[in-house]
Amino acid sequence: MEAWFALLVGIFFTVAVYLLLSKSIIRVLLGVAILGNAVNLLIFTGGRLTRGVPPVIPGHQDTLTGPAANALPQALILTAIVISFSFFAFLLVLAWRAYEELQTDNTDEMRVAEPKDEPAPPLGY
Amino acid sequence: MAASTSPPADLSAALVLDPVASAEWLVILPVAWCLAIGALLVMLRRKIDWHPYIAVLGLAGLVLIDVFLLRHVLASGPLTMVMGRWLPPFGIAFTVDLSGALFALAASVVALAGGIYSLADINDSGRRYGFYPFLMLLMAGVSGAFLTGDIFNLYVWFEVLLISSFGLIVLGSEREQIDGAVKYGFLNLIATTLFLITTGYLYASFGTLNMADIARKAEGLAGTAPLMTLTALFVLAFGMKAAAFPVNFWLPASYHTPRVVVSALFAGLLTKVGIYALIRVTVMLLPLQREELSFVIALVAALTMLVGAFGALAQSDFRRMLGYLVVAGIGSILAGIAVGGPGGIGGAIFYALHSMLVMTALYFASGIAARLGGSFSLSSLAGLYRRHAGFAALTLMLAFAVSGLPPFSGFWPKVMLVKAALDIGAWWLAGALLLTGFLTTVVTGRFFLLAYWRDAGAGEGATASATISPAALLPLTALTVLALAIGLYPEPLLATIQTAATGLAEPSAYLNSVFPGGAP
Repeated sequence: MEAWFALLVGIFFTVAVYLLLSKSIIRVLLGVAILGNAVNLLIFTGGRLTRGVPPVIPGHQDTLTGPAANALPQALILTAIVISFSFFAFLLVLAWRAYEELQTDNTDEMRVAEPKDEPAPPLGY
Repeated sequence: MAASTSPPADLSAALVLDPVASAEWLVILPVAWCLAIGALLVMLRRKIDWHPYIAVLGLAGLVLIDVFLLRHVLASGPLTMVMGRWLPPFGIAFTVDLSGALFALAASVVALAGGIYSLADINDSGRRYGFYPFLMLLMAGVSGAFLTGDIFNLYVWFEVLLISSFGLIVLGSEREQIDGAVKYGFLNLIATTLFLITTGYLYASFGTLNMADIARKAEGLAGTAPLMTLTALFVLAFGMKAAAFPVNFWLPASYHTPRVVVSALFAGLLTKVGIYALIRVTVMLLPLQREELSFVIALVAALTMLVGAFGALAQSDFRRMLGYLVVAGIGSILAGIAVGGPGGIGGAIFYALHSMLVMTALYFASGIAARLGGSFSLSSLAGLYRRHAGFAALTLMLAFAVSGLPPFSGFWPKVMLVKAALDIGAWWLAGALLLTGFLTTVVTGRFFLLAYWRDAGAGEGATASATISPAALLPLTALTVLALAIGLYPEPLLATIQTAATGLAEPSAYLNSVFPGGAP
């Protein structure tokens, strides 16, 4: 099953990179969102997939007996989901503000901070 | 109940049962302190008049805490504290060694200087917007990144400082800022996601996230785990955070847009966190792979230095020029990481500490120059020397420091780096270091000539106030004096840095602090 998940993660990364290379900022944003989910799946798969064996210790024992599902990746993913969601929200608002202020969603035309025809520094004095 | 019949569990196998010595709380205190002050400021969001004073006092407290932490680490070696008393590697460990403590102290000094400068730079609307809570949370993230001993936790602190920096960079919401913030935000988020990808692979290969545990196991896994891939990904992710060529373009695109104090803090703190993480991971966790990648890192270092120096030469805006000088400094630090050994790593740490202080001070100087001369542009700034000779002298000292000229703080790390590069026969890397120093001297020299010595009549529209607010001059003076003091008397710092570099290369003390009883 890890192999199928690895393939799925690969597809996610492909889509994310394709979108990230776009010039339109909303596509880049969607790329970021998919990239975040690709990483979550990657961590999930990296923690090894074990079906149907929850890591629950029976009442009369102190330790787990035998292999069980790995609970740690879920904690990691939960952290990463929260973080990437908040960043997505921030960047969505930022992209909207950029569209409002700069009148473009094309990253090539976002040159306010770095104007194209800036004068060269003075050559003499 | 079944629980009452079973024998009591042996807790010592899973938990730290000894009471924690009070001095050990210093490990977590910088982060807890910053979070507490940040929360306090959020609660007092309507009392914006109090914000600056609470924040400056809080940052002064942070400096004190970090001084005590450094003293404690100097006296008794690396310190470890685990969350929830779970034994490492299961509990999230905060482990502070000498390099972490040094970086944390330098960061707190920079933040305190920024806090004082902000009295002159952040107006009421900036305070209402939440500059000070963001600043404290940024410091929580930065301190956490320097002190943590867990690689996933490091990622979390990166995100904490990133989200606070987003809040700071859009402060003011001007058009340039939005433009800069878009590039800064997207590229930094991609860089941290790349770091998370690498962490995922690391966990899949090692089954642990504790740095000491990883350092222990790395050699044994060299045959089976894709360690080169991990190292290359780490170098790319942290290189992007640190603005190394060819993933440096977000920095000069954004660092000149926010408030001066925000630029200054970013220049002093954010790229250096990336550098610190790179040193930690490549030198301590994966040293053999760093050795193999050293040529690539050296090439990146040389190109970063030259891109920074030539980029600075092409700028006519004071702050954009400084942005490129930050990049050039990152190149010099990377050169140290590429060379390795006590000289290289020591030089890299020393250069990073120097760069934190001096780049922050230079951004302060740019703000004061704009206040005095009415512009950031080299074509209109003029006659600053005549307006304020003392300020001109401070800027000149900083210019010498950033160029690596004696007797300032930039000189010694540069000597160490050039010597380390020559020792391993990388003459071209040493040449790049010296050429960058020369070009930086040209950049700052030309700048000083035009903005300070040129007659005010030659420039256009020099109409601005002729006095400098003491809140702006004090941190600039303090940082410059610090740079001069380090340059004149580098011996104690140099010795400490050498110990720190040795501690990174041979982390037995670090491992002992996390696993006191040896291998579990």
